[in-house]
Order: sequence, then C-alpha cells, then structure tokens
Amino acid sequence: MTTLITNARLIDPEAGTDALGAVLIEDGVIARVFDTPDGMPDKSPTLRRLDADGKCLAPGIVDLGVKIGEPGERHKESFRSAGLAAAAGGVTTIIARPDTHPAIDNPETLEFVTRRAAEASPVRIRHMAALTKGREGREMTEIGFLLDAGAIAFTDCDHVVTDTKVLSRALTYARSLGALVMGHPQEPILSAGAATTSGKFASLRGLPGVSPMAERIGFDRDMGMVEMTGVKYHFDQITTARALPPLERAKKNGFDVTAGTSIHHLTLNEFDVGDYRTFFKVKPPLRSEDDRLAVVEAVASGLIDIISSMHTPQDEESKRLPYEDAASGAVALETFLPAAMRLYHAGQLTLPQLFRAMALNPAKRLGLPQGRLAEGAPADLVLFDPDTPFVLDRAKLRSKSKNTPFDGQRMEGRVLATFVGGRQVFGAEDWNA
Amino acid sequence: MTFRARHLLGIEHLAPEEIRTVLDLAEKYVALNQRTVKQADSLKGMTQINMFFEASTRTQASFELAGKRLGADVMNMAMQHSSVKKGETLIDTALTLNAMHPDLLVVRHPASGAVDLLAQKVNCAVLNAGDGRHEHPTQALLDALTIRRAKGRIQRLTVAICGDIAHSRVARSNLILLGKMENRIRLIGPPTLMPSGVRDLGCEVYEDMREGLKDCDVVMMLRLQKERMDGGFIPSEREYYHRYGLDAEKLAYAREDAIVMHPGPMNRGVEIDGELADDINRSVIQDQVEMGVAVRMACMDLLARNLRTERGRQAAGVMA
Repeated sequence: MTTLITNARLIDPEAGTDALGAVLIEDGVIARVFDTPDGMPDKSPTLRRLDADGKCLAPGIVDLGVKIGEPGERHKESFRSAGLAAAAGGVTTIIARPDTHPAIDNPETLEFVTRRAAEASPVRIRHMAALTKGREGREMTEIGFLLDAGAIAFTDCDHVVTDTKVLSRALTYARSLGALVMGHPQEPILSAGAATTSGKFASLRGLPGVSPMAERIGFDRDMGMVEMTGVKYHFDQITTARALPPLERAKKNGFDVTAGTSIHHLTLNEFDVGDYRTFFKVKPPLRSEDDRLAVVEAVASGLIDIISSMHTPQDEESKRLPYEDAASGAVALETFLPAAMRLYHAGQLTLPQLFRAMALNPAKRLGLPQGRLAEGAPADLVLFDPDTPFVLDRAKLRSKSKNTPFDGQRMEGRVLATFVGGRQVFGAEDWNA
Repeated sequence: MTFRARHLLGIEHLAPEEIRTVLDLAEKYVALNQRTVKQADSLKGMTQINMFFEASTRTQASFELAGKRLGADVMNMAMQHSSVKKGETLIDTALTLNAMHPDLLVVRHPASGAVDLLAQKVNCAVLNAGDGRHEHPTQALLDALTIRRAKGRIQRLTVAICGDIAHSRVARSNLILLGKMENRIRLIGPPTLMPSGVRDLGCEVYEDMREGLKDCDVVMMLRLQKERMDGGFIPSEREYYHRYGLDAEKLAYAREDAIVMHPGPMNRGVEIDGELADDINRSVIQDQVEMGVAVRMACMDLLARNLRTERGRQAAGVMA
C-alpha cells in the first residue's frame, strides 16, 4: 500500500529545514519527498491520501535510554504499555535500558526480551545490554555473544563501574568489537545519598545535596578511560555547565564521544521540586536554572548530541515516601514531545534542531537507518501540531506507571499520528481527506 | 490577632503577625505555668498524639506537658520500636492513627519533608516537632520568645548562630524566623558544617568565631550532632572546642549584654564551656526550656481554635 501525506510542514533535521511539502510512502520506506505539487501521484484505488493540513511531519523520535519493566517489574511497565505510550508520544524507536531485574547481561535474556518486545509493541524496540554481569562492576558480560544476539550498545546505566581495572578491560574488549558503550558521568562516592543538587534550595529544604562537580569529576574519569582504550563512548546525561568545556575539548581532540541529556533537565530546574514533590526526583537530580540554560544552549550548538526521555516508570508505592527515601525517575515517553515543544515555543530550539537531537543523532550514533526525512529512509514518522494546548492528566497516560512531573501542567503540542515502517500505529484513522 | 494556619509545619509558612500572635499568647501561658494550679481547658476533650519516629526526651516531654496543662488527652507513641519496623509505610501509619480521630498530631521524623507528607493525609492539625534537617518550628518560636523577654524586642538585633548549621533544623527555622522579623543573622561554623548557598538567603557567613561574634546581641549555640556525623566533618572534638567552642574569652567579643542560648541537650566542653552555660547573667538556656512549654501550649491552642472553626464550617455545610 502506498500513502501520500500532503500539505505537511516537513521537519528535516538533516537539511535543517522546516517547509511545506509532501511525502510518499511505499513499502514501509519514504519513496519520495516533494517540495511542490509537481509530479505527485494522482488518485488511484491503492493510494491513501492524507492531508496534513499544515501540521508538522518529522522523523519519529529515537529514544535512547528507556526503562521498561520486563523482565522483573512488569507491574511498572510492559513492552505493550511502553509501546503504546511511545506511539502516542511520537517515539518510533525505543532503545531499552538493561537495568531490569535481572539485568539483561546474557544472550539468553536478550533473546527473550527481543522476542517479547516484537510480539507486544507497536513501535520498534532495540535493546542495550549490561557492560558488567548483574551491573555489579566486577566482571564484563559476553560482549561478543550479546552483539550477535542484537545488543545495540552496552551500559550499566546509573551504576558507575568504580573498579577502573575492570572498566578498562571491558572498554578495551568493547573497542575491539566496535561496540558502543554508554556511561553515566557521576562520581559515585561524592554523590552517594544525595537527593538534590547542593545549593540554596537543598539547604532550605534540608535535603542532602550533591555538588554539580560530581558530574564533572565523573566525566573527567570516563574521558581518561576513553583516551586509554579508544572505545566508542556516549555520556548518557550531561546536565551541568561545568561538564561542557571538557566535553567540547574531548570532541575537538577527535575522540569518538557523544553526549546526551534528558528532557527533564532541559525543561525543569531544582525549584520545581517545591514542597518535596517526589515525582520531580530524577537521577541525576534537577539542576539550577543556570545549568539548565547552559545545557539548552549546548543542545542548540550541537555540543550535546542527543536528547532522551530517560523514561523510568515507578509505582506509587515507591514515590509516596519522604523525599530522601523515594525512588528516582519519571515517565516521559508520552510527554517527551510536548515537553520539547516548550523549548521550541520559548524560542530556544528550532524544530529541526530538536529533531536532530531526538531522532537523527541517536539513530546515527547507533548505526540505525531511522531519524531522517529523506528518500530511502524507513517511513518512521510523526505528525504533530506544535500548538495544541492541553492540561496533562497523569491518569490518562498510557504508561502503567503515572509518575510524571508534568501532572496538571499546561502543555502545548500533540501527536496526531505516528507511523512505523509506513504503518499507522497511533492517531485517528479518519482524518484522511 | 491573626493565626490562619491549619498545621504548624514550618516557620516558612507563617507571616510575621502570626509569629507575634503565638508569642503574645505564649506570654499568658508563661504566667499560667508559674502558678501552682496550672490548668486551662482550651484542649478539653481533644486528643493529642505524639508520634516520635526519632528518639527525644525534652521535646516530647514539653509537648506532653503542654497538652496536659491545656486539658487534652495525650498519648505518646515511640515509633522507632513500632510497626514501622515491620515495613509499614509512613502514610499507612498516618492513616491508621487518623482513623482513631486525633485532633492534634505532634510528629518528629528523621526525613526532611516527612511531616509535610503526613499532613496531606490526615484531617487533624499536625505540628512539626522536627523533620530531618528541615524545620523545627516550635524551637524557633520558643527561642524568639526567650529573646523577646530578655532583650525587650525581636527585631533589629544581631544574632549569631554557631556550630553545626548543615545538620541543624533548629538553625534553619531560626534563620527563617529571625529573617522574617528583620534581624541581622550571622552563621558561624567550619565550612564543612555550613550548608551551601546560605549566603543567598541573606545571612552573613563567618568561619572565624571571634570575628563573627563581634557586636552580637544574641549568641545561639548548636549541638554538635554526633549521631548525624557520617564521619570526617571535623578533625576532632578538641580542635572543634578550641576554634568554635563558646567560652568567656570568645563571648567577650560580643556585646556586653549579649545572651547565650542553646537548644539542648548540651555537650559541655565540646560546643560550650560548662561554667558559661550555668552563668545566670548570660545564659538563658533554662528560660528556653520554660518558654518551650508555653510556646507549645500557645501553638496547640491556636491550631485547635482553627480546627474547631473549620469543623464547624464543614458541619454547617453538611446541614445546608
């Protein structure tokens, strides 16, 4: 079946353009992109024509670093619920984290989750595997077998490998196989027990804080390991201004490193926690407004390559606790795009810049063909209206867990339809003209 | 007279006139407490539950006595040995107690913000008797009353708060209260015990005690909270006493009529010289304990009045 989406505002992150046009989808790939109506196919019984009515059409989001509760915590999130939430949020490829129970640290578990995901999810799901067994930082996993079984990258998530001997060997081994490793830049001892970023807010609330320097120290150590081993490395979340100059230096010196940040660190700051609202507790903790602005700036300049949702479902019980005891993390698959629209409406990032960081760059980094609005690319697309206002009601989220910091907030930007491989997986069927 | 609060969770939520209301009413209870027959009936028929998730002798005794003198039925629950150990969450504990229809709940908890969380789940008045490193409002109010009685006013004073500021809820509540009442606040302590960002809160920060004490009207010492030390904040107790312990020599830098305060329990010879603590001309430490009972009576009385009004309104709403 062929589909023609006409009259759409095409957001092309590769070319950096935002202009009206049309897209022809054939056999799950983008067959042609039209700037003008010239040469568009005529009506035929096999052609589905959709009029986008001037709304935005962009490559679907590739979300690097999503926690799904399978195996072990299916009550928090399943492949099905995560897939539905992703489709509703314009995420067409989920890159799942291995911080499950048990961790995804052997090819058998990886094969199991790959099969489960394919059965249950309407969007694409690819899996990362743990770098060390049980994410315990003692022995490296079977990196070769895991690559053969489809692991797209290796990470121990928020567990920092403190033993540098173990880490250097794992990174050296990963380098020999060309595997990408994702690390969490954080000095684990300095940040132990911290619930907030140290400063005026932490002091007033009497909460244990961590200096933003813990991120910089963690970054510097990891960079040393990259220099030593030559591994392909991605920093999962850079959230402070202090870590940006060394990142810039590392890139200038030609190391194969990239950096990400989370949508929450781009749109919220430490004061949003207010009266101990635990849904705002994320890892690393929310930062000062100065840090937030510096990180937004770094995304605009391209210094920070990737924006992720860092979707982390937590049940009510682990959040309805005193702030220090509450679990970290927030769900974000469904609110990712509306939250990103805050940056667009604030004039801080353009739509092509946003989709460069949310779709093109993560796909490129992972060696995936997605993330582009070009002929020959997979037809993983999101059609959205950046201006539709709404008030978020967390009870209506598709995720099994409802721990969003945006509950009750006014947001703008709604997904109208999501396509994966040319097939519509979200949105009304009947808006086609 | 103004006092609108439903709970007493922190000084942060009180307006200056509300603070004055508490202090004025507490003065009356100071007089009552000095009589032989110390009975009032403001809380008659009401139930007060003291829930202490952290060990306390003085604060708990003070609240218990305050409640009893106002005629409430007082129940003490030592929560550190209770069902909390069996895995019950704070909210479940709160709901269980709430089902027993208490009118006043006095709570101390080791986690900052825990009392706020609990207050959202119950329909009685909640008094914060200390939550983690966050606030200890009745302590700040009793300190204010002590200062007002000794100095004749509670504004335009220079107040030094000395010692382990980082781990102290007493310091936080005091600096908020004294700031609201327009005093000049100095924080004195080693940098490892100073919370970050306090300069932004309108305090002057000193690392040298003699410099910091210069021309102070009030010197508040804090307990060096050994039980909270993860280790390594200060080199040793004796070096701490040498540099930050209050003795007559250091106090000489303050004003001649400066008063010395301490929330107790004291570590004599660690943060304060024993002789100085007992000097009735300078130390008001015993007065603080006395004011404590009166201030807690005033707080509970005011909260009980608001509770009655609110319940009255609800009842009227049901009938209408």
